[in-house]
Amino acid sequence: MATVATPMKKLINDPASVVKESLAGLAAAHGDLVSYDPEAQILVRATTADKVGLISGGGSGHEPMHGGFVGPGMLDAACPGEVFTSPVPEQMLAATKAVDSGKGVVHIVKNYTGDVMNFKLAAEDAEDEGIQVESVLIDDDVAVQDSLYTAGRRGVGATVLAEKIAGAAAERGDDLAAVAGIARRVNERARSYGVAVSSCIPPAAGAPIFDLPDGEMEVGIGIHGEPGRERRPLGSASEIAELMLEAVLSDLEPAEGASVLPFVNGMGGTPQLELYLLYGEIERRLRERGLRPERRLVGSYITSLEMAGASLTLLQLDDELTALWDAPVHTPALHWGA
Amino acid sequence: MRTTTIHAWMTTIAESVKDRRDYLTQLDAAIGDGDHGVNMDRGFDAVGKALAAQDGSLPPGKLLTIAGKTLVSTVGGASGPLWGTAFRRAGRALGDREELDGQDLVVALRAALDGVVELGAAQPGDKTMVDALGPAIDALESALAAGEPLQAALAAATAAAESGARATVPLQARKGRASYLGERSIGHQDPGATSAALVMAALQRAVEQES
Repeated sequence: MATVATPMKKLINDPASVVKESLAGLAAAHGDLVSYDPEAQILVRATTADKVGLISGGGSGHEPMHGGFVGPGMLDAACPGEVFTSPVPEQMLAATKAVDSGKGVVHIVKNYTGDVMNFKLAAEDAEDEGIQVESVLIDDDVAVQDSLYTAGRRGVGATVLAEKIAGAAAERGDDLAAVAGIARRVNERARSYGVAVSSCIPPAAGAPIFDLPDGEMEVGIGIHGEPGRERRPLGSASEIAELMLEAVLSDLEPAEGASVLPFVNGMGGTPQLELYLLYGEIERRLRERGLRPERRLVGSYITSLEMAGASLTLLQLDDELTALWDAPVHTPALHWGA
Repeated sequence: MRTTTIHAWMTTIAESVKDRRDYLTQLDAAIGDGDHGVNMDRGFDAVGKALAAQDGSLPPGKLLTIAGKTLVSTVGGASGPLWGTAFRRAGRALGDREELDGQDLVVALRAALDGVVELGAAQPGDKTMVDALGPAIDALESALAAGEPLQAALAAATAAAESGARATVPLQARKGRASYLGERSIGHQDPGATSAALVMAALQRAVEQES
């Protein structure tokens, strides 16, 4: 990976201030929904509510996750780290305090070593200050085996679904244990798999993380631009859909005729034209297998900067999860019913 | 070794990670997400500023504690909590003593390593910072036990850390982001072990400068 001498083709100023400047812009664009505290380095919902709090956080570079999900019906606060870097405990402690109305706070934690460590330190600090915290681990990625020999399965697309569904549960007045339980249920009933056709360029690195020649794709990717499980010859959308479904269904093993929510997510650099094409391939194959796609989400919601590629998250629905998915939400990135 | 030595150690680490920032980034790009260099640079830069604000009246252990806390607040990722814990444990082990000898250093570094292993659960061979720190501390302890002066013992420790970092090349990662790559992590030097070797080399140079 060469050191870059020429400026990156990015709409930025100084690479070192990308995150702060972007957060300020987000808050300016959606001031009715979210406010940015640059001292605490957190985004907090503009209108508070007397309910269980719900926060998440992680490295930046995955927008709209998590800041774009702050608002009624979803997150109460988001803690953005540097690009692809877990935020620090002070951020999560500040966010927890900001959203606590005495009913406790749920932390949605994606299963990455750094996220888990920093959130754990923050949860201990919050408990020391008398705030009850329930931490929910998201580990839906099927590409990595959960074993003694890995850092465990990554938290990917199910994070978005858990934040929406648990957000609705908190909004309707569920208590701390119930909100956490619903988030965990989403995690248990969802599986994901991703494919990349290009790498991405973190501003601080200045060059693509890996080289992906023409005619090749990375399969079994995460969301931090790291190489995937394998490199293969580039497949068609049809082949990629088949690959994704095979990976996800063989692990999830949904019941015959199960109601499902397919979430086709763009990694950031793939146009909507292609995402919908891929979605069509996925939905057709779900129906062929006797499954019932009764809700869906298509778009770039949990990204890896400008990486071209897509991930599939499949959630096996039940009546309650479906109702919570349908509940109103008003955030910069997701908005319905409100 | 005194407070001034610890201060020099931290300053030298900061210079070192700034100087090798791109190299650490490259290593992390091969088997991770390319942020290790910039994260360590940011953290030790902040440590430098935090220590510069001190008036020199604190004992060495307290300086290490400040360094550890600063790293947790600024580095992020897994490196923040891991290095933060390492320095905090080292600081705690030194208590209030003002002068440190080789034995004190071994005790402090062992406490640091124990903290890292407790938090991250890495074992030797998992392709992590432990693969550089473990051999370094063993080498330091052996050299001192054999009657070597501190300077020579630290040279042996640094050599062991650097050799340990290079030895991560053929390993398959079992911890951290590199573990997602499975066999593809083989053939690349671990960035965490590499920066750990820089930390040991910085300690050697700081003690050298003092004498």
